[in-house]
Amino acid sequence: MRTDVDTTALAVFLFFFALVTIMGFVAARWRRPKTLAVLDEWGLGGRQFGTWITWFLVGGDFYTAYTVIAVPALVYSVGAYGFFALPYTIIVYPFVFTVMPKLWHVAKEQGYVTAADVVHGWYGSRGLELAVAATGVVATMPYIALQLVGMATAIKALGLIGELPLVAAFVILALYTYSSGLRAPALIAFVKDAMIYIAVIAAVALIPGRLGGYGAVFAAAEEAFKAKGSGGVLLAPSQYAAYASLALGSALAAFMYPHTLTGVFASRSANTIRKNAVLLPAYTLMLGLLALLGYMGRAAHLKVASANDVVPALFHTVFASWFAGFAFAAIAIGALVPAAVMSIGAANLFTRNFWKAYVDPQVTAAGEAAVAKIASLVVKVGALLVILYLPTQFALDLQLLGGLWILQTLPALIFGLFTRWFTAPALLAGWAVGLFGGTYLAWADGLKPLHALTFGGTTFTAYSGLIAFAANVTATVLVNLGVASMTKRRST
Amino acid sequence: MVPTTRHRLWLLLLPYIGLLWVPFYNFRDPALFGIPFFYWYQLAWVPVSALLTWVAYGTYSHED
Repeated sequence: MRTDVDTTALAVFLFFFALVTIMGFVAARWRRPKTLAVLDEWGLGGRQFGTWITWFLVGGDFYTAYTVIAVPALVYSVGAYGFFALPYTIIVYPFVFTVMPKLWHVAKEQGYVTAADVVHGWYGSRGLELAVAATGVVATMPYIALQLVGMATAIKALGLIGELPLVAAFVILALYTYSSGLRAPALIAFVKDAMIYIAVIAAVALIPGRLGGYGAVFAAAEEAFKAKGSGGVLLAPSQYAAYASLALGSALAAFMYPHTLTGVFASRSANTIRKNAVLLPAYTLMLGLLALLGYMGRAAHLKVASANDVVPALFHTVFASWFAGFAFAAIAIGALVPAAVMSIGAANLFTRNFWKAYVDPQVTAAGEAAVAKIASLVVKVGALLVILYLPTQFALDLQLLGGLWILQTLPALIFGLFTRWFTAPALLAGWAVGLFGGTYLAWADGLKPLHALTFGGTTFTAYSGLIAFAANVTATVLVNLGVASMTKRRST
Repeated sequence: MVPTTRHRLWLLLLPYIGLLWVPFYNFRDPALFGIPFFYWYQLAWVPVSALLTWVAYGTYSHED
């Protein structure tokens, strides 16, 4: 990695950063409502985003800066196994297509803003509502922190040192999110996504040619894995179950997060969401090509201190300064959109399902928006402090657990769309079994996402989140059967 | 709407089958432009899956 400041790259970077900052503040006037001081406007952009805005917003929000850095880094480190992000981001859309339009209808009709609102509406249980809301906030916090890791990697690649640039970028983000709400990331997403597409397409078009074509890239990667003694460009049979269960578990969890649900609820119509399930895979294609950069890093014989530096180092090696600056700006801006939506999603949860539920049930619409704006600031400052004062590994571990945790809210949020059979005590019991059982599994395995299971003599490793989810659903069904038989006995 | 048109929704199961059963595609050959089968097979599922979803969308396009 270069350590001197690259002025051309830095100038390009600053230009684009200034551009999106202005857009962030101007966004408050975009499709201007009568007032921004209602949660539906500040936190959901007025529920009026059509197909294209939703495509940019959800794309910018789901395919985060951290993804752009971490997926190629994982492929660089372990090979084929790191590619699970691709099947994950393919099979997520049939699920979104079948489930999310129904959820949107419920939220729209009842004026719900968060997942926990929906759950409370169905089951009338404050306990279950709190469980879903708290899980959402806790799972999102480390995710925001990881966006900072993505941004810090891009800033470091420019040759800037120290934490001041990161803090400055984040303060600016916090301020325009405060004033413009969801409109800010929605508007910035246009620029961010266009930049990321340009950077990735340029990388995928140029780099393999310089390295002698894809055949040579894969051959070099294979050699590197052989020399290293681990990893490979194909999966070992022992990795099959891990690969598939990580893809499935991640796909089920992806749209349970507050930031992705915020994108869903902010859509104009159910068909907006269905059309997006058809169109969003364009980002998946980009992600798949991006993942291959990991192998190009191997073929280019990069010397990097951390696998996370593979993408920036490749860009530096292959691109002219100005374009490298453009690509780094794309990554840094790429962190702003998800960080903003995540903090808004978490703030919505805090406001609706904690403040309104426990502190001030009589809160006015304007009061809700005011509380949410402050909460979004607090959430971001919290994430910043985590990154500045705790080891990065801490955020990584927590984010990994976050995926496991958020998946446990699926039964409470989704089952009600298809059947009214389940009851709050059963769903709460299932949530607790999945959350605490899954956390224990992950803890016992040294905070690795995989757990070895033995069935009739054969052992296979699978994603702990999905194992916890299976336990969750089993416990929910069993407790519900118990509850049902008890109420039957009482009524006869 | 008549429920028969919702038969198209079953198409949405195909990506799950095609991608979650890893032994279908964990091969090197046939390679495409030097890219092993494992990779281009999964990449090819992106447009295929989008197309299937688009066909399923036909069931709902009258709504809005």
